[in-house]
Amino acid sequence: MEKKSLKGWLYLLPALAFLAVFMIYPLFDVLVYSVEEGYNSASQTSFGIGLYNYAYVLHDPYFIQALKNTFILVIITVPLSTGIALLISVGLNSITKLKELFQTVFFLPYVTNTLAVGLVFMILFKKTAYSDGLVNLLIQSFGGTSVDFIDGPYWAKMFVLCFYTVWVVMPFKILILTSALASVNPDYYKAAKVDGASRWRIFMKITLPMIAPMLFYLIITGFIGAFKAYSDAVALFGTDLNAAGMNTIVGYVYDMLYGTGGGYPSYASAAALILFAIVLTITCINLLISRKSTTF
Amino acid sequence: MKVVLQNLTKIYPSRDKGPDVTAVNDFSFEIPDGKLIGLLGPSGCGKSTTLNLISGLETPTSGKIFFGEDDVTDLPPEHRGVGLVFQSYALYPHMTVLQNIMFPLENLKGKDRPSKEEMIEKAKEAARLVQIEPYLARKPAQMSGGQQQRVAIARALVKRPRVLLLDEPLSNLDARLRLQTREEIRRIQRETGITTVFVTHDQEEAMSISDEIVVMKAGVVQQIDHPQNVYDHPVNLFVASFLGTPPINVFDGEVKDHMLYIGEDAVMKVDLEDRKVIVGVRPEGFILDETGPLNCHVIGVQVMGRDTSVVSSHPASRNATVCSIISAENKVEGEIARFRLKPFKTVLFADDTEEALDWKVLD
Repeated sequence: MEKKSLKGWLYLLPALAFLAVFMIYPLFDVLVYSVEEGYNSASQTSFGIGLYNYAYVLHDPYFIQALKNTFILVIITVPLSTGIALLISVGLNSITKLKELFQTVFFLPYVTNTLAVGLVFMILFKKTAYSDGLVNLLIQSFGGTSVDFIDGPYWAKMFVLCFYTVWVVMPFKILILTSALASVNPDYYKAAKVDGASRWRIFMKITLPMIAPMLFYLIITGFIGAFKAYSDAVALFGTDLNAAGMNTIVGYVYDMLYGTGGGYPSYASAAALILFAIVLTITCINLLISRKSTTF
Repeated sequence: MKVVLQNLTKIYPSRDKGPDVTAVNDFSFEIPDGKLIGLLGPSGCGKSTTLNLISGLETPTSGKIFFGEDDVTDLPPEHRGVGLVFQSYALYPHMTVLQNIMFPLENLKGKDRPSKEEMIEKAKEAARLVQIEPYLARKPAQMSGGQQQRVAIARALVKRPRVLLLDEPLSNLDARLRLQTREEIRRIQRETGITTVFVTHDQEEAMSISDEIVVMKAGVVQQIDHPQNVYDHPVNLFVASFLGTPPINVFDGEVKDHMLYIGEDAVMKVDLEDRKVIVGVRPEGFILDETGPLNCHVIGVQVMGRDTSVVSSHPASRNATVCSIISAENKVEGEIARFRLKPFKTVLFADDTEEALDWKVLD
């Protein structure tokens, strides 16, 4: 028995070594950085150990802005994208003609490059002194006044960011949900139909509970993904996100490391650990709720 | 509630330019009130389609369906008042047994809808009928196949359906449970008196449980009769071969001068004109007799306590072996077994149409 388990560990060694070097050590290092006060990356020295870095980050107005942006993004896009993806999947599941065509169309954004799509969105929503984007032309044709979505008021920029995020994350959710819906035994629907259940009741009482595990999976990964948003904002508003007021937590971490006026690994580490704490808390809450509501 | 099927036809359009598939072809039948009918046939014979047509899950291409005097042909399933039990049971895995049984009641609307207490009471009553009352709080996954089957039946019965439909309800159970549940279904059907249609491909199951059997083949009804009559007087070779274990023995035969020959053996005198025939003999239709006319080459003898099964071969047999079951008191010795045939266990078919012939033994 002892020998056997030793052999097992030996087999696992390569993978474990990689994990240790490239995941566990950096994780530990981040923790160390985040508590080293006045760390200097050139001399690799610090004054002492403490929580000053956390205090600094939490009082930094840019971080507060990034936190606010990230939360708004998460709260709007996760329910919206999951809900719309569910509607589209149910629709896709109930048609027979052109089903494959639509499935392909809905999946296309998934294989499209984020920055390229960001560029397209920017052009769609842009407004300059000389030209209006397509969206503004539409607004004007309905008698509204055009808005600069890329460089204008905060709500307009947030709207574009949310719109863009929902659009980008949707294909994967549709893919997962259509396959989850297709895997529900059709006998359940037949039985419910014979028993006189309305379509709404069938959906609420049978379809939803049957695909609930997949829904919770999507919500949890959706939360994690949205909290880690960064490239979407860059694609739309450029690299100087602080100036645009559209920074995210990951963006703040990046700026603290490499951005202009960066070079503060301690602040970056502290911000990263705060993000980690938030994501961990929310994932745990999600898991607790999903455990309670999906027991077969 | 009697159920009348009138010239029922269901045609599925072909998928890839092949011919259309006629799943059910001109099916007419009146199921008497309170009877249990077995729909029997090999897979793909249209029996499940027939059931789906009665339940309303499928609409017929032509023909009509009546429940009592009501024409329900165009009625959706929820307004027909049928209970349906699936082969897979289709119990909702996230609901408890009680919730599963109550589900059909909760779908009722308006004045038909009972109060919560009445629903629970009715669900309990149905559970009591199928003897699963102690398990109401369980989830389906926590029950055995047989118990799940009972829950499915309770759910089908709880709203007092006019017709109960069972689609291969026993095929997921092991042999022992199948026997038990078969009896159970018979008991429940008798107690409730609900007209029941039972689909199966297992002829023994259909024979033992049904008041009447409908034998189908390729969408066409072959024979509708009491189980014993179908067994004793099959209308054609298909029905004869489909019913009975071990299956009926089939020989090529000929009638010459009112004498029936199986190969070279003159078996018995019959009142038929000279013609070629197919001779079907049930395994229990053989009598071991030193002077018997049918000479079979013995391959093996299996003693099964009460009976002895003699496996032999005959040059005119259409099957590789001839199986005869005789009383265990008989001793089979030597390589040749001589048999007499019981006329009422022997069926003659036309060699071309394979339809049963009408004949009598001449003394």
